[in-house]
Amino acid sequence: MPSSITSFTPVLASLVSLLAVLPIVLLGKKPNLREGATFLAAFIKFGLVVSMLPTILAGSTIEFTVWEIVPNLAIAFRVDGLGMLFGLVASSLWIVTSLYSIGYMRGLKEHSQTRFFTFFAISLSATIGVAFAANLFTLYLFYEMLSLATYPLVTHHQDKEARTGGRTYLTYLLSTSIGFVLPALIFVYVKTGSSMEFSSSGFLSGHITASEALILLLLFTFGFAKSGLMPFHSWLPGAMVAPTPVSALLHAVAVVKVGVFCILRVFTGVFGTDYLQDLDIATVVAWIAAFTIVASSLIALTQDNLKRRLAFSTVGQLSYIILGAALLSDRAVTGSMTHIAMHAVGKITLFMCAGAIFVATGKKYISQMDGLGRKMPITFAAFSIGALSVIGLPPTGGLISKFYLVTGAMDAGQSALLVIFLISTILNAAYLLPIGYRAFFPKDPQLAKQPFSWKTTEEANWQCITPLSITAVLAIILFIKPQFLLQLAGLMVGANG
Amino acid sequence: MIDQSPAIILLAPFLLAILLALLGIKREWLCFPLVITGLAISVAASVITLMRVIDEGTIQYFFGGWEPPFGINLRVDGLNALVALAVSTVALLTAIYSKRAVPAETSDKVSQYYTLYLLSVTGLLGIVLTGDAFNLYVLIEISALTSYALIGMGSKRATLAAYKYLIMGTIGASFYLLGVGYLYIKTGSLNMYDIQEQIVANNLHGSPTILVAFILIMVGVWIKMAFFPLHAWLPNSYTFGPSTTSALLGPLVTKVMIYVMIRMILTVFSPEFAFDQLDWSNIVVWMSVIAILAASISALAQTSLQKMLAFLIIAEVGYMVGGVWLADEMGMVGSIYHIIADAFMTLCVFLFAGIIFTKTGRRDLSAMEGLFTKMPLTMVGFLVGAFSLIGIPPTAGFFSKWYLIQGGISSGHYEYVAALLISSLINAVLFFRIIEIAYFGAKPAEGHGHHHEEEHNGGPTEASFSMLFPLLITAALLLGIGLYNQEVVAIITDFVSQFNIGAIIL
Repeated sequence: MPSSITSFTPVLASLVSLLAVLPIVLLGKKPNLREGATFLAAFIKFGLVVSMLPTILAGSTIEFTVWEIVPNLAIAFRVDGLGMLFGLVASSLWIVTSLYSIGYMRGLKEHSQTRFFTFFAISLSATIGVAFAANLFTLYLFYEMLSLATYPLVTHHQDKEARTGGRTYLTYLLSTSIGFVLPALIFVYVKTGSSMEFSSSGFLSGHITASEALILLLLFTFGFAKSGLMPFHSWLPGAMVAPTPVSALLHAVAVVKVGVFCILRVFTGVFGTDYLQDLDIATVVAWIAAFTIVASSLIALTQDNLKRRLAFSTVGQLSYIILGAALLSDRAVTGSMTHIAMHAVGKITLFMCAGAIFVATGKKYISQMDGLGRKMPITFAAFSIGALSVIGLPPTGGLISKFYLVTGAMDAGQSALLVIFLISTILNAAYLLPIGYRAFFPKDPQLAKQPFSWKTTEEANWQCITPLSITAVLAIILFIKPQFLLQLAGLMVGANG
Repeated sequence: MIDQSPAIILLAPFLLAILLALLGIKREWLCFPLVITGLAISVAASVITLMRVIDEGTIQYFFGGWEPPFGINLRVDGLNALVALAVSTVALLTAIYSKRAVPAETSDKVSQYYTLYLLSVTGLLGIVLTGDAFNLYVLIEISALTSYALIGMGSKRATLAAYKYLIMGTIGASFYLLGVGYLYIKTGSLNMYDIQEQIVANNLHGSPTILVAFILIMVGVWIKMAFFPLHAWLPNSYTFGPSTTSALLGPLVTKVMIYVMIRMILTVFSPEFAFDQLDWSNIVVWMSVIAILAASISALAQTSLQKMLAFLIIAEVGYMVGGVWLADEMGMVGSIYHIIADAFMTLCVFLFAGIIFTKTGRRDLSAMEGLFTKMPLTMVGFLVGAFSLIGIPPTAGFFSKWYLIQGGISSGHYEYVAALLISSLINAVLFFRIIEIAYFGAKPAEGHGHHHEEEHNGGPTEASFSMLFPLLITAALLLGIGLYNQEVVAIITDFVSQFNIGAIIL
């Protein structure tokens, strides 16, 4: 048995950004100090998460029970390998995004910036709350909090488009969480009478029938619609009306990853992979995910709006993670967990590039970006690295997780799904690579003839460029040094055996 | 004094009503402090009584020392101690709100209004506390007659609404009275506990007279609580009456009648009779499913805020009737918890509606345009109430849904579970529609970059303190009742468990 330590740190790690709301609001009139508060909170949060890393890597867990709110059911925190992995990703990328937000929001002179930073901080509290939730109930609590806290961010522009996007956003997320997850949650509570705490062997086995298990599995998988599994994915492209920092951190990292994280928890912590293997019901989910991967890649090919293309790409990449979990083999689950980090780093780079392009030139459509790489070489270099990572090519971290996913599919004996991985990789390359290529090697011979010079570049402001360079470098670093991520994922898989 | 606490709950508003009638007409400034004093005493007495019930168990209070079956008595257990506290608290909060609203809306009848207000509260508290089935009828009439007048003082259309309510209310009360008559014929008693003892002692459960009595009483209370399709009196009454009236009656009348239904089923007729012998459970649960869905869908069709809320009340009545008739312990606990939770969340949204009406003079939804920037605190209060009605954690509404759904699942009534979820989703649509209007509304729909945070363009400003205070307190209470739901539920479970409800069916 791995030992567990009681500590308030995970609670604090979640709360710190919520507490930061107060200074952010109070300092609303002094933008520099206000952003100082955001940075302070982000660094403290990251520091707190990192401070727990050695303990987790040593094989222990960190627990804290806050409040027993319903008989036998508590708001409780527990940090394990998977939670740590996600916590690290979200908290580290928040720092980067905060810098980027300043560049983007000030660069475009956006209104209501105080509100923006306030709800951003709340969203991060909810995200870390999900990452460190010890049981299904706490998970649900923070999941709902995240849906609501991101609404003002999605609808930030308060125009007609934002209204429609926001409406779609809430309709999908609330109707699935209230309509599917909540009854499933209460059903599990009634049937098991347990505290619904995640454990590697699950807690459902023996309490429900096989058909109930299938229904529950589907309710949970579709209910956590933040994962963008089709047919509940349309909120994500709709949410692209948000300012780009929101799309970058929330809709490439925090919100969507919370969705797949919840599904991973359900697979590994609620049902337990062994129990799912016995029941043989995960294949249904695997095929839905496979369909989503191919369909969303095909749709992505047709999108000219860069952010929308990236959004559909995200839908597909999220389903990689779901598919990995549904394959149930150790290596597939490892791949699925590491893909959370790998895709996050790659996709946030792509989004920040899209935003930087918009700040510098006001261009949103791929067709307008012919030859733009010569004006914005750093941005497009970073874009290309991010693209490589999302496709899963060296020298980027994306290769590592894809390798595990593919070999995991072989382990599971699902050669048909293996083909899906391959097809989708080709599609990924087809919709991402031409963007960077055309930017540097334009079709238009007029543009192609112009000599390149550093003096004629027109990059966005430094607050935009620095973060995306950092994440691009990070994508490469994760290729060279993926060990600690694999180790964290291994903790979860190892516990299965 | 402590021994007298159950009587004080009731007598404080009653005596002050009399005082007000005598002194208030000439001295209008006296009205508000007197009302607040009376209700504050009542709340304090309710708190003391609840604590005593938790410590000592059921409290019997005999007026004048006369013991039943002849004397009038109050009998307070976990159930009605909680409900009484909720009633007196809601009445107090609404009274604080009324400080500006009443002089504004019923300027020429301030003292009359407050006298009736106190009498109405007395009636409602009496219904909750009494241990006598006939007194209960009298008290129903007291609260009803006063509420007809309280509604009638509103806008022009209120008179007709009050008249409709009068007709329906009288029919409902008559049904109830008839039922009590039958009970009296058979048992020779009017004391609730005595009736139950007589029924058991004489083995009257199979008697058709008792059955008829039960049916009459149930139909009577269903009319009074606006259980669909017996709800027609409610929407207009709560829409066109003065905003203070809506904020008092909206949260309380239906909930108090639910209490009466639960009291009749559990204490007077016994759950064995109601759930086991009659086997109505399935039918009534289906009726409540229809009630929930029909009322929720009707709410969607409303363009007036008050009316939309009125239909939500009808849907919530369906929640509670269904929860009771699940014939499941958890369902019963959920229903009772929901009485408390719903009283406060209805209060919250009705206070909000009242504030908006006072500020803008309008009832339609578009009156909410741009309120997030203009009235941020009011909107915070409203958001909590709305989230509670939708059922978003950690508000009280989430937990009442949690327990009700738990009851639905464990008793196998999945149709009820589905109805609750659908209604939650409809509530989400209803309230996010308002939130959307308040958030986007007045701002011009152009691109970004042109607005400044300091921007204010006329229109309503933040509500005055006397209106904002009760709203925010109610919002805080909703969170408190949610976070501390275990404590409330423990009291309820303690009460419900003595009836062994789940065991009867299984």
